[in-house]
Amino acid sequence: MPQIELRSIERVFTLGDSEVHALRTLDLAVEAGEYIAIMGPSGSGKSTLLNLLGLLDRPNSGTYLLEGRDVTTLTAEEQARVRRERIGFVFQSFHLVPRLTAAENIALPMMLAGIPHGERSRRVAQALKDYGLASRADHRPDQLSGGQRQRVAIARATIMHPAMILADEPTGNLDRATGEDVMGLLEGLNASGVTLIVVTHDAVLGNRARRRVAMEDGRKVEDR
Amino acid sequence: MIWSDAVRLALRAITAHRLRSFLTLLGIAVGIAAVILLTSIGEGIHQFVLAEFTQFGTNVIGIAPGKTKTGGAPPSGIPTSVRPLTLDDARALERVANATAVTPVIWGNSEVEANGRLRRTTIYGVNAAMVKVFTLRVRSGQFLPPGEDESARGFVVLGAKLKNELFGAENPLGARLRIGSLQFRVVGVLEAKGQFLGIDLDDTAYIPAARALELYNREGLAEIHVSYEEGVPASRVAEAVKAVLKARHGREDFTVTTQEDMLRTLSKILGILTAAVGALGGISLLVGGVGIVTIMTIAVAERTNEIGLLKALGAPSRTILGIFLGEAVVLAAVGGLAGLTLGVGIAQLASFLVPALPVHTPWSFVVLAELVAIVIGLAAGVLPARRAALLDAVEALRAE
Repeated sequence: MPQIELRSIERVFTLGDSEVHALRTLDLAVEAGEYIAIMGPSGSGKSTLLNLLGLLDRPNSGTYLLEGRDVTTLTAEEQARVRRERIGFVFQSFHLVPRLTAAENIALPMMLAGIPHGERSRRVAQALKDYGLASRADHRPDQLSGGQRQRVAIARATIMHPAMILADEPTGNLDRATGEDVMGLLEGLNASGVTLIVVTHDAVLGNRARRRVAMEDGRKVEDR
Repeated sequence: MIWSDAVRLALRAITAHRLRSFLTLLGIAVGIAAVILLTSIGEGIHQFVLAEFTQFGTNVIGIAPGKTKTGGAPPSGIPTSVRPLTLDDARALERVANATAVTPVIWGNSEVEANGRLRRTTIYGVNAAMVKVFTLRVRSGQFLPPGEDESARGFVVLGAKLKNELFGAENPLGARLRIGSLQFRVVGVLEAKGQFLGIDLDDTAYIPAARALELYNREGLAEIHVSYEEGVPASRVAEAVKAVLKARHGREDFTVTTQEDMLRTLSKILGILTAAVGALGGISLLVGGVGIVTIMTIAVAERTNEIGLLKALGAPSRTILGIFLGEAVVLAAVGGLAGLTLGVGIAQLASFLVPALPVHTPWSFVVLAELVAIVIGLAAGVLPARRAALLDAVEALRAE
């Protein structure tokens, strides 16, 4: 059984009185532990696909089976729970809370999940050490470099031990060397068994993935 | 989410914009301070007025001759017959259950001559129980001796002011004193009581009721006052008093007034007054609430991105609702506490600077005001927080 199975997914946006087909009859199956790059020009529907995979958006038609369960019919509350426990997000613009320290940003998902304080600080301390941020624990995002910020974001995405990580242009706001660094971290996570799905329009980055899905005009044009 | 975490998050968000948050909670603080200050003064006046009225004791029933009623004129031109209240009536009332003291009262205005001086003053004809009924305090000597109703000797007790006017610093005890055509001997002087509704309570002389009847050539008493035990309902004692007098007079030709009824009405009026000034202060509180709505709406707009993130991290809508509601409530609650400090402080300062101004802040008002502040925070937070909770995650993440 694949970890992720999309069956003829359609996503249509209505802009004014015209309809935009962001995704047309898309099928996709992803096994646990895969490393996939979703590539394509802007407007090809790759971000929409990522949002659907992350349960931030609902398809107009089609089914999405996550670990064998149809998640498109879940209530908003149940979807939030799935996001909390199974999915980690990494964004291009990091999306750190500016007034919280690095440690607090990393702890945020556990706070939302209601994990008690002691357990939280233990896991945050471990994550800070793993990502080389131990000396930065009490710094706020504006006191961190871009690479450090993205490492905080990755630590936050993995703190709940998700089954998959969805990364949307994770190196888009970083210079080449730092981007390499961050990709190395994500690939390391993938090596430990976490499914990694990266959205990018950067061919070099895309070619690092074991499997590449090319999108165009809401359709999958290449999958190898 | 654990609620202490929600409060901590709220505090972080509030302290991130110190000036803005301070100004917002200042609005609530001013409102709460106004409410507390105004109700403190209102309650102070309430208590002051009640104290004025109850300085003679609260559990007193007054009986006056004649029934208060309107009827047709008698057919034959014969005047209506009202039996006067007598000293015997007063004595009979002493046996009423729960009655602790009974005093007859006759009053008049006469010239008093003593120590070569002359003064016109109010004369009260009473008995020994007067001290008990109206909680008078004797400063020197004694009050009228008990148990001498009809055969009372010509003793007089002076009010503090009358004593000063007639005798100055001299000791008046044993001195002779003439009231109208009768001779009296001074046996005591009372403590000063001050003024009550413009009547100087110290410019008085108390003589035995029998002597006052003689002095003013009257057959009946002006009033009888009965005091009763604390905690006994006034109506029960009033009924017993009526029963005794009806039995003696054959019909109800007298009027009974309980002080409890009067005080209850008065207290209700003053309570409404306090509530009214409190409501005036409440207007500024409302303005403070609008301030919170404004600032929370701005906060939701500014943090749209963050709301998207929280949704992506798996926060259900009610958690996001809770976070923003929590912020509004913390703002209001902190503002409320600041307002309480401010309001009570100003009230205390006012009573320190103007001791004549009665100020009283009951604890119940303080707790109630803080609760009101919290409720205002909740009400003000609902709209912005709902908007935050209902934001679309994808759109929110994309917002810049």
